[in-house]
Amino acid sequence: MTVTEERQTTTLVGESVKRVEDARLITGEAKYLDDLNLPGMAHVAILRSPYAHARINGIDTSKAAEHPGVIAVYTGKDFEDLPALPCAWQAGGVENFVNTPRVLEIDRVTFTGAAVAVVVAETKYAAEDALGLIEVDYEPLDVVVDVEAAVAEGAPQIHENAPGNIVMDWSIGDAGATDKALGEADVVVKERLVNQRLIPTPMEGRGAAATYEPSTGEYTVWMTSQDPHIMRLLMTAFVFGIPETKMRCIALHVGGGFGTKIFLYHEYVLIAALAQKVGRPVKWMETRRENYVATTHGRDHVAYLEVGAKRDGTITALKTKTYANLGGILSTIAPGIPTTLYGRMLSGAYRIPNISCQVLGVYTNTGMVDAYRGAGRPEATYLVERAVDLVAAELGLDPVDVRRRNFIPPDAFPYDPAGILNGLEYDTGDYEKALDRALEIVDYEGFRREQEAARKQGRYRGIGFSTYVEICGAAPSAWIGTVGEGWGASMWESAMIRVHLTGKAVVTIGTQPQGQGHATTVSQIVASELGIPIEDVTVELGDTLNAPFGYGTYASRSAAVGGVAVYNSLQKIKAKARRIGAHMLEADVEDVEFADGKAFVKGAPDTAKTIQEIAGAAALAYDLPEGEEPFLDDTTYYDPPNCTFPFGTHIAVVEIDAETGEVSLERYIAVDDVGKVINPMIVDGQVHGGIAQGIAQALWESGVYDEDGQLRTSSLMNYAVPKAEFFPPFEVERTETPTDVNPLGVKGAGETGTIASTPAVVNAVVDALMPLGIRHLDMPLTPERVWQAIEQAKA
Amino acid sequence: MYTMRPAEFDYHAPTSLEEALTLLAEDEGSRPLAGGQSLIPLLKLRLALPSALVDLRRIPGLDEISANGGLTLGARATHRSVAESDAVRSGWPALAELAAQLGDPQVRNCGTIGGSISHADPAADYPTMLKALGATVTAKGPDGERTLAADDFFQGVFATALETGELVTSVTVPALAAGTGAAYVKHRHPASFYAVAAVAAVVSVEDGACTDARVTVGGVTAPPAHAEAAAEALRGSSGSEEEIAAAVAQVPEALTGARGDTYASGEYRTHLAKVLAGRAIAAAFERAAA
Amino acid sequence: MHVAITVNGVRREADLEPRVLLVDFLRDLGLTGTKIACDTSQCGACTIHLDGTAVKSCAVLAVQADGGAVTTIEGLASNGGLHAVQEAFHDQHGLQCGFCTPGMIMTTVDLLAGNPEPTDAEIRHGLEGNLCRCTGYENIVRAVRQAAEVAR
Repeated sequence: MTVTEERQTTTLVGESVKRVEDARLITGEAKYLDDLNLPGMAHVAILRSPYAHARINGIDTSKAAEHPGVIAVYTGKDFEDLPALPCAWQAGGVENFVNTPRVLEIDRVTFTGAAVAVVVAETKYAAEDALGLIEVDYEPLDVVVDVEAAVAEGAPQIHENAPGNIVMDWSIGDAGATDKALGEADVVVKERLVNQRLIPTPMEGRGAAATYEPSTGEYTVWMTSQDPHIMRLLMTAFVFGIPETKMRCIALHVGGGFGTKIFLYHEYVLIAALAQKVGRPVKWMETRRENYVATTHGRDHVAYLEVGAKRDGTITALKTKTYANLGGILSTIAPGIPTTLYGRMLSGAYRIPNISCQVLGVYTNTGMVDAYRGAGRPEATYLVERAVDLVAAELGLDPVDVRRRNFIPPDAFPYDPAGILNGLEYDTGDYEKALDRALEIVDYEGFRREQEAARKQGRYRGIGFSTYVEICGAAPSAWIGTVGEGWGASMWESAMIRVHLTGKAVVTIGTQPQGQGHATTVSQIVASELGIPIEDVTVELGDTLNAPFGYGTYASRSAAVGGVAVYNSLQKIKAKARRIGAHMLEADVEDVEFADGKAFVKGAPDTAKTIQEIAGAAALAYDLPEGEEPFLDDTTYYDPPNCTFPFGTHIAVVEIDAETGEVSLERYIAVDDVGKVINPMIVDGQVHGGIAQGIAQALWESGVYDEDGQLRTSSLMNYAVPKAEFFPPFEVERTETPTDVNPLGVKGAGETGTIASTPAVVNAVVDALMPLGIRHLDMPLTPERVWQAIEQAKA
Repeated sequence: MYTMRPAEFDYHAPTSLEEALTLLAEDEGSRPLAGGQSLIPLLKLRLALPSALVDLRRIPGLDEISANGGLTLGARATHRSVAESDAVRSGWPALAELAAQLGDPQVRNCGTIGGSISHADPAADYPTMLKALGATVTAKGPDGERTLAADDFFQGVFATALETGELVTSVTVPALAAGTGAAYVKHRHPASFYAVAAVAAVVSVEDGACTDARVTVGGVTAPPAHAEAAAEALRGSSGSEEEIAAAVAQVPEALTGARGDTYASGEYRTHLAKVLAGRAIAAAFERAAA
Repeated sequence: MHVAITVNGVRREADLEPRVLLVDFLRDLGLTGTKIACDTSQCGACTIHLDGTAVKSCAVLAVQADGGAVTTIEGLASNGGLHAVQEAFHDQHGLQCGFCTPGMIMTTVDLLAGNPEPTDAEIRHGLEGNLCRCTGYENIVRAVRQAAEVAR
């Protein structure tokens, strides 16, 4: 690790402080959504369509309604007054043909698992019993699941307002210049790359609970959410049409999200509406198979790539036409992911002068697709990192050399990648530093020698690189508001800090962790800045009541935006503490400084007023400087001036069993640069988990629909979420190149592992098979797929 | 439907085998419950809808493991107890190894051999090995007790020779003759841990030559198939690499109608069976020589 | 059906439908530390100890535990302290969202009871019935290793 700073007495930033969250989590005390039990609470089960595409001619709920223990049964018609959900981020600058879920679908379903009826019952068992008693008259319609088939002539049309099943047709870059550069290139490599559908699988599925107070018309809604403030905004303003003051949204402990809990789901609206309809608290918790069919999926691109290069490996042009499968109906920010977060990152870590990208968002009769850890950047990184290896293979060059040749050099920052970032620039970077360290760890030259020897024995060993860059810290509101971005929100963050009379600090933040340890990280910042023990900091989050608005947690923004809001707020608190401290010391403010939890006259730190004394004086307000308000507190909103761009090098080493096609992952090395690090232990943990998810895409996971639109990988029996045994120990290190975007120097670390690791593993497998002439294989690299490729290559 | 809680059923926990058999005979919709690791998940998904469960847990003696020449495993012997049994480990090490890698630790703590073989999942581990070892299954029903060869017991996908009202009471595995080695090699499904393909090989060697062999393939067909031609090719051989390769080439002919799914096609499963057979046979030869 | 189950040392009696899963029985007692994270008994989040061994409480009926003794995450430590395995998960950052953690800890306790000095490979194999989506298992393995070392 690169943590070498000397520890000051109160400086906790940069240290591996153990998590303050853990006490509740390791004892089973932590309350998650399904652990909520309110007096009189009724239970909800949802009936879902067994067809991928069908008309609903009628629903008979009478038998279910009579079943013992059933309180009520409803269908979509009972919620006709509520509109379809909002699509809050559409592809910018082009028309979006939007279709979003209703509270319950009324006359048509467009994917297997769409919700059509709901049972409210006294027990979970009774609710499940009654599901089987609801009779739905479906008229099955023609189904299309393949993204390219869906846009072909004659394909079944899924939505009337979306001709050709197109959600949007979005382009960036200079297509003319790119085509010209491709025409002039020494070599042009073309490939079709499938970035398969993934099922995010947080350990806790989705759920919601709600109460409704008729006397005031107020709802309280608990939900598994990464952004309760946004949930309240979307539900009140766009669905219920009530003031946001009439709803309180609460996220309890959240058992992982990985993007899936960003979105407003119709079930959340349904539960709130049911609380009002049945006049009792209600709760719904999805089953794992519901999570698989009805919670959002991720990725699912088919990309046609053309990359042009000079003979020395200099990449001169990159072009793609990408089909993004967005499912049967749109989730909350579905069109934004394959456009802004994918197309705008197609330069990777490289100086590519000509880039053009066309993205077709497509409806198919499959589950919704939206952000999944990395969200667009893994797809972009996969394309770019495979492109580099394809160029290297075509030219017979070392993939490391091709990377070095094309890297954006440290002196080129801030860097505008061919204009595709719509005005943003990469902040800082030193890409070779991370690469060099990773090569040293893996002993690259040594490996190549071993590989050569292994090849002579008929063994297939390979090494794969991913020298990625990604975008974090969403986002400057002015940029979001730029014509062409299409977002329906801003993305600043808030912090409210109150230092109570005893000197204990309560910090209310608008980000919403699902395991990232915000309470610990924020406590470290507070304790460091105010000079108080970390035990004296309490972090509050997850409740819209009494909290300033916050945009929530996704896109690795919580430290780089939320953390900076906390930091900035603390500067204001320290300034006030300095003013009050100076008054208490009977000194001029200019002569007093605040450091290490004390205000003192410069040069005389022994005569000091502690933060606790100052907080007490501020709260008592017996004797404050003239014009000073009582109490030591502040609320700050921070809008970042730019995004941040973490980078690094990941290396995978594999050996392939040529008889079975099994890929054995022997080593995995990551050298990330996420800027300054607040808590190395937590950042390592984020990287580990991300790597595991990214490797899983390369080797095991794939959400597969059959031609009837049935999800064949609909449970943990057949969707291969990796187990502990599947991984070698991860060798994780960092370089540290602070960002100049924010005063903490932090970039973001939640998604680097997922973004980087997938192409590293695929590149390693292809490297291993290079002697057979294999240049590309689509994921997941299951034993059968690898074996088939070997057989075909040998034939 | 996306249920995760069972539909209603009655429940009995008899204290004798006779009582259990009476309960099962009285209600055709009832099913015996052993460790529940296959049945309860089916109940939760409402893919099984029995009218009653007859829980065998109070019946004494059903979980016993005894070795007296042959090995007798009570129907309620858990996978963990098989894996950890000194008798099994010393006399039938391949069987102990199989039990140690079946499912996962929690499943091994509850799941039983009787439950597993009665369920007869085509991708389960025990059926392949029991067929290779020439094991017999003892079952009791309203018409009394009978003993079936494993070859006759396993009949297809989730199908056994058990009659309604009949339940497995024990499994008996003959002693391995001197100079006999057995091995089980499996390619696990990365999600379910069931066998995508698995091979049990049993070889007997005398004076450096194979006198008898069994090669049984699981996961590819239902029930598991004896690769008789491969076994025949091994007889008389010394177990050299070339001889094993020649034998293994005959494995596919036993695998007509190979199953395929999202994870692995029938073609690949058949190929895997060959590769795994080679590895299992080599390991069995090594054991036979030890 | 009337059942009597000793849960964390306390005898609990109830009249239940036979179909009630042990995990629901425990959670309805307010012992919500035991989690449900799947419907096919794959994930291990509901792992508890029944008569001393780790089982998935979603794959056991409450009536099957009649007369038995159950330990859940809430009953693992005594005297208000932490069990060494709980401490190790905290020390090694072996948890993030925490949803798999109670099951992971209960499995680890059983694993170390049967094998006090596991290799890393044995630790990974011993955890194959528990899924974690946050940690990549790296720090969980370290936590199990620490717990084993502390116990020695």
